[in-house]
Amino acid sequence: MTDATAATGAPAQARRPFASLLTLDEHTKRRNATEARFKAYGLAAVLAGLFFLVVLFVSIISNGIPAFTRMVVELDFTLTQAQFDEAESQLLKTGAYQGYFVEGFDKALEERGVEVEYDAAVLDRLIGKVGGIMREFYAANPDKIGEEVVFELPTSSRVDGYFNGRLKREDVSDSRFLEASDLDLADELYEAGIIKSDFNWTFITGADSGVDNPGGAGIGASVVGSFFMMIVVLALSLPIGVATSIYLEEFAPKNWFTDLIEVNISNLAAVPSIVFGILGLAVFIQFAGLPQSAPLVGGLVLTLMTLPTIIISTRASLKAVPPSIRDAALGVGASKMQSVFHHVLPLAMPGILTGTIIGLAQALGETAPLLLIGMVGFVARGYPDSFLTGFTEANSAMPAQIYTWAARADASFYEKAWGGIIVLLLFLMTMNIIAIILRRRFERRW
Amino acid sequence: MPVLWIVIIILAMAAIGYVMGRQRALASAGGDPRNLHSLPSYYGSSVAIFTMVFSFLVLIVWLIVQPIVIENQVAANIPPEMVREGSTLGLMMSDVRRVADGLDQAVSQGAMDPEAASNIRAEFTDVRDRLGAIGVALGSDVGPAVLRAAQRYRSLNATGHMFMAVVVLGLAAAGFILAYLRSHKDFRARNVVETTIRYLLIGAASIAILTTIGIVLSLVFNTWEFFRLYSWTEFFFGTTWSPSFSGRGGSSELGFVPLLWGTLYISFIALAVSVPIGLFAAIYLSEYAGPHMRAIAKPLIEVLAGIPTIVYGLFALLTVGPMLLSVFGEGGLGWMQAGTAVMTAGLVMGIMLIPFVSSLSDDIINAVPQAMRDGSLGLGATHSETVRQVILPAALPGIVGAILLAASRAIGETMIVVLGAGAAAKLSLNPFEAMTTVTAKIVSQLTGDSDFASPEALVAFALGMTLFVITLGLNILALYIVRKYREQYD
Repeated sequence: MTDATAATGAPAQARRPFASLLTLDEHTKRRNATEARFKAYGLAAVLAGLFFLVVLFVSIISNGIPAFTRMVVELDFTLTQAQFDEAESQLLKTGAYQGYFVEGFDKALEERGVEVEYDAAVLDRLIGKVGGIMREFYAANPDKIGEEVVFELPTSSRVDGYFNGRLKREDVSDSRFLEASDLDLADELYEAGIIKSDFNWTFITGADSGVDNPGGAGIGASVVGSFFMMIVVLALSLPIGVATSIYLEEFAPKNWFTDLIEVNISNLAAVPSIVFGILGLAVFIQFAGLPQSAPLVGGLVLTLMTLPTIIISTRASLKAVPPSIRDAALGVGASKMQSVFHHVLPLAMPGILTGTIIGLAQALGETAPLLLIGMVGFVARGYPDSFLTGFTEANSAMPAQIYTWAARADASFYEKAWGGIIVLLLFLMTMNIIAIILRRRFERRW
Repeated sequence: MPVLWIVIIILAMAAIGYVMGRQRALASAGGDPRNLHSLPSYYGSSVAIFTMVFSFLVLIVWLIVQPIVIENQVAANIPPEMVREGSTLGLMMSDVRRVADGLDQAVSQGAMDPEAASNIRAEFTDVRDRLGAIGVALGSDVGPAVLRAAQRYRSLNATGHMFMAVVVLGLAAAGFILAYLRSHKDFRARNVVETTIRYLLIGAASIAILTTIGIVLSLVFNTWEFFRLYSWTEFFFGTTWSPSFSGRGGSSELGFVPLLWGTLYISFIALAVSVPIGLFAAIYLSEYAGPHMRAIAKPLIEVLAGIPTIVYGLFALLTVGPMLLSVFGEGGLGWMQAGTAVMTAGLVMGIMLIPFVSSLSDDIINAVPQAMRDGSLGLGATHSETVRQVILPAALPGIVGAILLAASRAIGETMIVVLGAGAAAKLSLNPFEAMTTVTAKIVSQLTGDSDFASPEALVAFALGMTLFVITLGLNILALYIVRKYREQYD
């Protein structure tokens, strides 16, 4: 080392006359300090990575949890037959129901001993036009007339936002949607237990509700869209991926064609996902005339994207099966094909399945190509009619639905987007845990 | 006959063929499998394969080709003067398809008998009304030309489907009979079956090649189309990006330079974040950390790689953007106007790439032989000196390769920039300004648009082409560097 030679020079000798093994000289101290600093940099980098992970998850969870709850006005209400007949005979039927509702509301307030002044317009702003909801309910369930019914009516998204902290009181400017004084009433109702928090099933089972109704937005329809896409991806990429890997690993001769396939697979693994979207748009929709926004097309595009992942992991697990297994099979008279399909493939299966699940998880989170083939959130307006039409009917997928919500101007949708991410991550986590369990339990080390 | 039925019939024939072929072979050997050339199941399989393979191949090809042929025929029959003002042949053809579908539905719901559907005239019947009554909504009134074309489309389609059913089922039957007659004890069934399987394997492997060809062709054709409408010099060297969707052509300026600048700037920031953190993390985890720390920290950092990019996009838009804004925005330093900026997107993309850089570098550092570490330490170097002066130089080609791969990921990344970087195409040096990238513009030019005639839509293909070429070039360069400069230690 240059340090060592420099230290033995005559002038350097003069610099430290009392050299001792027990006290460190300047140079060694410096080197040790550098060492400590370098190690600290490394530790800091690791901690930075972990810090980002923690920040990411904290912001997902803290922002997303409110999407799963909503504030509802709970009210016991009895409609008599006479009231029903009278309301149906009027010109403004929903108006009549609205009137009954206000009466019932007053009674509920009285029972709980709350005394507040309010006018009916405030109720409109807090819970919207309830008349229509009630009329629909009684038209569908005529046998409930005369009985006591518990209505759970979701509050408007602004009131909802006020209760879960999204909307600050001082930010409320009076408008036709909400006035600051309305919140006083909302607070009173909350204290009285008329407004209470409730699990938001609409978010789990609902569909996209359009730009102006964040309260009714749900992720259910796009979960179904993602599900149909995953069926297509699984049905195509597993057999094709396994067949390709078997060919390349077991049969392919060393020639230009095999090289070409290998080069193509490694290149496809590195092509940006959006380019696959362009491919899907041009080939499947423009050229082959498949329907736009269909989970079938989304599944085809994602299949092409997932194939390299599956092929790489399948080849690794085929390679891990020791040659002695093949030799033994060939030795007792099996053909090459039999040795592969009867012995090598079953032994490699756990590894193949693990790789497939991880590939599917990747495909499930992919967004960009889906936007290009038209699977944007606002087409997810409902569930498909039947299993077969589920593949061709316009639908969205979870990540595309989240993107649509995130891109909307109304900030109430952001909460839904975070909530959607929690749902998406739950699916991904489940798939990855299954993959880990498969690997731990079934993978053999030779 | 619907396709599903054809498929089911063929599958049923194959199943029957399997049983019958097996029995015939066994019968020819006098019921003793030892007299057969192959195992009995191979005889069954060969009949099933002959029944299915060719008929399915023809079915698939037919399903792809028939719509194209019919479309062309119908389009050729629409006289050019019948195409309405302000419309194109393509738009008219989509009308034709919709009317034809509507007629199909009307017939299947019983609102119209098949006779009427192929004979009604637009001059006497309001087709739009009648289709509207059964829930088929049409955008505009149906003209006589469209209706006639739709009826022709339907009749051609019906004939085509009938022929397809006949041909495909005929092929299946022929394959069945041929293979069945060949099922004899001396027939080398196993060889036949295995050869077929081998070809199927080759076919599956060729899909990778087909995909690449598909990507290249779809990009090249549409890019070519774009450069016929828009000059390529203005595209590659233009410094303004302002597409207009109202005026067709002419009024749009589609300069590529600001998009490329935004892409490179964001990628640069992403690499500036991810390379130091990723590299130091890899060094620490492979050289300093104990087994426990490694077992916990490594998978946790890799969790960052498994998170979908849409999550990072939302994180950029709603968490990092407002956070940066509170420091650098109006209330703080005053450099930032809005939460979406180059810095936001770059920072978040950097976080996304940390595990990418760290796990690749980790592998490479681990591949440096232990003897080199021992040698260096034995000469009296400290651990950090060993890392800086021995391990890093030895691992450098691999690390450069990893960084190039990360750069190609950064350039091709879409969701983070769509949500986090803003939409304005600008040439600016301020990292706190909103800029946009190639990928973000591909999304905004193509989403929800099904008309590919305007340069504003076609430009996305040219952008995709350049993106494809750049990322491919980076990947090839990375592989080249790794191969060329890799030190061989064994």
